[in-house]
Amino acid sequence: MEKEADTARRRFLARATGAIAGMVVAPGVILQQVARAKPADEPVTSAQRWGMLIDTNKCQKGCDACVQGCVKENNIRSHYGPATDSQWIRKVEVRDRNSGHSFSLPMMCQHCAHPPCADVCPTGASFRRADGIVLVDRHICIGCRYCMMACPYKARSFVHEDIGPEEHVPWVPRGKGTVEACTLCVQRVDRDGANAVPACAEACAADGHDAFVFGDLNDPNSRISQELAKHGATEIRADLGLDLGIRYRGI
Amino acid sequence: MKKVNYRELVEIGRSYWGFLAIVGFFILLGLGAAYYMESNGHHVTGMSNQVVWGTPHVFAVFLIVAASGILNVASIGSVFRKGPYKPLARMSGLFAIALLVGGLAVLVLDLGRPDRLIVAMTHYNFKSIFAWNIFLYTGFMVIVAIYLWTMMDPVVNRFKAYAGFFAFLWRLILTTGTGLIFGFLISRDAYGTAIMAPMFIASSFSFGMAIFLLALFAIMRSTGRPLGDVLVRRLKNVLGIFIGGAFYFVVAYHLMNLYATSHHDVERFILLDGGVYTRIFWIGQILLGTFVPLAMLYHPTLGRSRGAIATASVLVVLGGLAQMYVIIIGGQVFPIPLFRGMEVSSSFFDGVVAHYAPSLPEVLLGFSGMALAVALSVVAMRVLRFVPESLADEVVDPHAAAAVAAETAGEEETGAAEAA
Repeated sequence: MEKEADTARRRFLARATGAIAGMVVAPGVILQQVARAKPADEPVTSAQRWGMLIDTNKCQKGCDACVQGCVKENNIRSHYGPATDSQWIRKVEVRDRNSGHSFSLPMMCQHCAHPPCADVCPTGASFRRADGIVLVDRHICIGCRYCMMACPYKARSFVHEDIGPEEHVPWVPRGKGTVEACTLCVQRVDRDGANAVPACAEACAADGHDAFVFGDLNDPNSRISQELAKHGATEIRADLGLDLGIRYRGI
Repeated sequence: MKKVNYRELVEIGRSYWGFLAIVGFFILLGLGAAYYMESNGHHVTGMSNQVVWGTPHVFAVFLIVAASGILNVASIGSVFRKGPYKPLARMSGLFAIALLVGGLAVLVLDLGRPDRLIVAMTHYNFKSIFAWNIFLYTGFMVIVAIYLWTMMDPVVNRFKAYAGFFAFLWRLILTTGTGLIFGFLISRDAYGTAIMAPMFIASSFSFGMAIFLLALFAIMRSTGRPLGDVLVRRLKNVLGIFIGGAFYFVVAYHLMNLYATSHHDVERFILLDGGVYTRIFWIGQILLGTFVPLAMLYHPTLGRSRGAIATASVLVVLGGLAQMYVIIIGGQVFPIPLFRGMEVSSSFFDGVVAHYAPSLPEVLLGFSGMALAVALSVVAMRVLRFVPESLADEVVDPHAAAAVAAETAGEEETGAAEAA
């Protein structure tokens, strides 16, 4: 009897919370949908090409806010040490041997237009979405790791251990024996369109550095396109001709 | 050439089953190792996000390369019409299939998700050399099986030459595909060069011939069937040529890298200051795997000793494993060049030589692939007619046998005359 009352109270509380949250969030969501996002049942198209511009002049040495943002968003935990843990984004310190000039930058999947990982993948599990995001279909990845051999940026990680139920978040399918990497926070991109902010960029901005600009490389009016047009940027290992979605300034 | 009679390995009694039990034990150990690795995840191996292909790949690629190479014995007989090799063709085809199955088993059992093998059979990305290889490997087994059928069944015997030629072409394409697994990798300095394809082909000739000689000695000795010296001498001379050919490509590969400034760092690592990798290269691959067997095979007295030829063959096999270790592991532990000429560091081992040490399960899995190849061959030879009753010189090469006999008689006569 007491239990029933308890259940009813819980149900009431849950509904009430849901309703209040709905009232608060709905206008924003609806407005956003009208303005930008595509309905979930529509396929992505090549009308957009999502990318990021990272200003290494704003990137602080020793700061790993972006890494922490990614880890939190995708719930990536450490298991058996850095050699086998997944790292979707990492901070790389670079130093010129001759001049001693040094800088720091975040390194992750570069979302190539011609991704070597997708080229070598035997099953097609590694693929590039029409909007430029490079992903791994965790349902058909057989764990051969050839993509990791092929990636020039060491952007991918192999899941070396069991992922416990407490580690799963709904938007990140993960599993032992498959390969994973930065998804450009595809769950946010699909929800918010051009207004999306990947978790790394969000964390960097929250920390006051604001080194990341996310946006549509195909839209000449987007902030990223305008900044690229104005200041230019560099692709890492541009000699490989992979046409990267991630560009850097100040390197 | 006299008519060659083939017979099942019926001579070996109880020791046959004992041998099979030992080989089976190694297969079981490998299966256990694979189960352990898969159920715990790859963190229990020496592999990591830096070295994603470990010791299982060293064994698997070696076995696959050797599989295509061991078919050469049959090809020399059928495609290049060298009579004395023809009686060896059945064994050559059988060993080719067996080695390939052994290598593929290791490769599959090391996958992150071996249970998804069916996915690899139903989803293809035809830009991937791996996807091509799935067809090249399965196709190889089918074609060599047909080739064996044309050799063993008089009804289809007239197609033997065509099957043999097709199998030869296919094996060249197959080893090209294996070499290009690395050749197509533009990301790492040790790979990304087309020479990987002919280098693997040349190496396959030498690995295959060495394994064939070892198998031949073991089989003929354990069954008590005759094996002539002329044939052995031919095979060991060919092995020497193949070792030299493989060495040529290794030299060309390193010269190329030594010329390109961008590749100096990786060359310095492999040739000079790579620690264990440098030692495995110079001592394992070059000294023990190339120069010592060459010297033994062409030495005027050692070259006639079967013990020395067998030892040279073992060295070629060990040198081959060393070569695969240097290519596969050495190529991965050397850091990816993110920013050339710059020092890089990170939490993900950028800019530093990665650590790798083979773990026991990996080694057991690798050995089990070899054991599987041996088991398949031994069982097949017991139930079907793969092995000639005699490989005496007068059977396989009567002319050479007669010439040798005359030469020996001549030497004896001269000796007798001198003594007189």
